Amino acid sequence: MSPVRTPLYDVHTRLGARIVDFAGFEMPVQYAGILAEHQRVREQVGLFDVSHMGEVRVTGPEALDVVNRLITNDLHRIRDGRALYTCLCAEDGTIVDDMIVYRMSPEEIFICVNASNRATDFAHMQAHAEGDATLVDEGEAWSQIAVQGPAAPELLGRVFGPELAALKPFRLREAPFDGATVYYATTGYTGERGAEIYVPNDRAVALWEALEREGADLGVGPIGLGARDTLRLEMGYCLYGNDIDRTTTPLEAGLGWVTRLDKPAFVGREALVAQQEAGVPRKLVGLEVGGKGIPRHGYPVLHDGAVVGAVTSGTRSPSTGRDIALAYVPTALSEVGTELTVDVRGKAKPARVVTFPFLAR
Amino acid sequence: MSEIKDDLRYTEDHEWVKIDDDDESVAWIGVTDYAQSQLGDVVMVEVPSVGDDVGAGDAIGTIESPKSVSDLFSPVTGEVVAVNEALEDSPELLNEAPYTDGWIVQIKMSDLGELDGLMDAEAYAAHVEKANEG
Repeated sequence: MSPVRTPLYDVHTRLGARIVDFAGFEMPVQYAGILAEHQRVREQVGLFDVSHMGEVRVTGPEALDVVNRLITNDLHRIRDGRALYTCLCAEDGTIVDDMIVYRMSPEEIFICVNASNRATDFAHMQAHAEGDATLVDEGEAWSQIAVQGPAAPELLGRVFGPELAALKPFRLREAPFDGATVYYATTGYTGERGAEIYVPNDRAVALWEALEREGADLGVGPIGLGARDTLRLEMGYCLYGNDIDRTTTPLEAGLGWVTRLDKPAFVGREALVAQQEAGVPRKLVGLEVGGKGIPRHGYPVLHDGAVVGAVTSGTRSPSTGRDIALAYVPTALSEVGTELTVDVRGKAKPARVVTFPFLAR
Repeated sequence: MSEIKDDLRYTEDHEWVKIDDDDESVAWIGVTDYAQSQLGDVVMVEVPSVGDDVGAGDAIGTIESPKSVSDLFSPVTGEVVAVNEALEDSPELLNEAPYTDGWIVQIKMSDLGELDGLMDAEAYAAHVEKANEG
């Protein structure tokens, strides 16, 4: 299958993007360079084309409970117009995907899923959905633009008005744009203020250009997938396929806070309760690595000379210059301050378990 | 379009070799403008130690960007006689001045005949064009 272009593809080429194939999409990996783009989001404001992300809408009298039995978090804990971060698990408790679920109303739930998992997620949700609700894969219909950075509220206010710009995190509102309705959600993947805007495909370019125009004096610029990855890693956010997958559970991944074992039923609950009772064998931790060794996915983690785990994501933090990683280690070695070693291409580098996020906000 | 210098020799791995002005047995080695643009922002350069004996084709160091690690291969056989210590604090020199301040190592060659196996600017330009098409 040849890769798909998002409606913003021509914008990316105009902006000098380097394009890569990502999850079946031709996506911009960088424009000016990862470090400059990263800094722009931490200090000014950046625009991300995240149209590759998938969307699923669940509607019907029992929509809320149908979704609630699929996800680890609990939609009853939030009001209408709010968002939840959650995992979607298999019966064995491993993670099918992580996603943001928006509660529009008890009869309408809107879900944003990872591009690489869109088909898998939809099949999984269809297979396990029990109740009076209809699931529709709307991935083809929506583009998505993320606006992130300290100047994001100012920029968003100029385009969408002061009320939306002042919206607190993890809210969703409908908003008019260019004669269409967009979903304005105060979510993100960078740790900065801002919004993710779900926009119909035929308005994506107009919205991007409006944001570029209105943000010119705020230092707005485009951000590729490369900086998206370093930004999320500084915050300790998991990336599906790197840090979490069908071999890891939310309890291992430090996602117990979105796993409500007190809910009566959800797919994977029994396996997760059993793991909780037996003791979670390993944990995803943050590591700071010394000795100028940049940790990378797959590098072994050692303790007393024995391999005890592996790095799942790593980079040199563009904000701090420190070498940081996420890694699975045995629970007994997961306490903050534990001294470990990372094997960086044959060289042992000292590592210490540290708290998330790596970057204090 | 990336810059290619007429007076250098090149490898298929996008490294350049320059013969020292004063000692024709010493080769200065770095990566090309095309290589640095493909690598993206360089955040760390690992170099061999002065005195190391290296063979042509040996991995003698690494270049890291936020997203990736790339090996640096020695184009020639010989002894490392100097390394660019400025790269320790300023790895971005590889991006900013790949043919000058961003040089990586100097090697005293034991077999000057190896230079004949390297590409000239014209051949390298064709090599880059092919890489771009690929």
